[in-house]
Amino acid sequence: MPHDGEEFTEPPSDPALRVKALESLLVEKGLVDLEALDVLIDTYEHKVGPRNGARVVARAWVDQEFKLSIQKDCSAAVKKVFGFQGRQGEHIVAVENTSKIHNVVVCTLCSCYPWTVLGLPPVWYKSAPYRARLVQDPRGVLAEFGTCIPEEKDIRVWDSTSEVRYLVIPERPIGTEGWTEEKLSMLVTRNAMIGVEFAKEASS
Amino acid sequence: MNKKAYDLEEPVFDEPWQAQVFALAVKLSEDGLFTWKQWTAAISYEIQNAQISSDPDLGDTYYEHWLNALERLVYAKGVLNIDEMTERKEAWRKAYLQTPHGIAVQLKKT
Repeated sequence: MPHDGEEFTEPPSDPALRVKALESLLVEKGLVDLEALDVLIDTYEHKVGPRNGARVVARAWVDQEFKLSIQKDCSAAVKKVFGFQGRQGEHIVAVENTSKIHNVVVCTLCSCYPWTVLGLPPVWYKSAPYRARLVQDPRGVLAEFGTCIPEEKDIRVWDSTSEVRYLVIPERPIGTEGWTEEKLSMLVTRNAMIGVEFAKEASS
Repeated sequence: MNKKAYDLEEPVFDEPWQAQVFALAVKLSEDGLFTWKQWTAAISYEIQNAQISSDPDLGDTYYEHWLNALERLVYAKGVLNIDEMTERKEAWRKAYLQTPHGIAVQLKKT
């Protein structure tokens, strides 16, 4: 315990201590390498994120052939065209929103998510209320995001698993004819690619 | 749930340990200690456990589930045992308490 007049370091939280214990033991046993862990963390903190997916969507909006290729085999097409590949990027299925169908994605069991195109999932995606309620009441949950789906439009809820993950291709906003892919990609948000929102409007 | 909660742009990890435990599980799976299917089964189990013990499970405890799942898996695979872990955790706790502020905390060699 701290002595008089000397400031000692307060131990971190219980989970932080458990992770330190786990990590130091696994390193000693030669099962993990600290440098490799750092590279992995840097990748998910700084390199992989929803901007990847936004580029895929923008391309799909302007290039019919590319759109068909991602509908056929999304993982292979994004790997070929953009070089996005790797963990949790296998077996991505692209689902396209249309005037008749709105797609939205959940992982009812845990938080399966297409990391290669969206990065790591937001906190709410991992929350029990979202996971449990989206299937029961998709219209109600979407309304809480401010997304009102007309009654005549079907909502399809896709349950991600460790084997299949989904990427929603939102509808291209009106008034964006002739826009460059880069400008279009700015309208594509993470939430739009999960399907809880629409792409931003052209005037935004 | 309200719209505001959904709107928050949060950092990828709230605390460094979350990043560490995330990376440990991904790496160990890649290196073949367990398949990703086993991993999702393990974390789903922990999530259900937490909910049974009345965790509202709003996503903010997600990496605690992740840590519980990883501990359970490494014990099940026989890579580590619970006594080693308890002992090592205590060693780190003491190392903090014995290290003056501002100096990097290190484990004492025993």
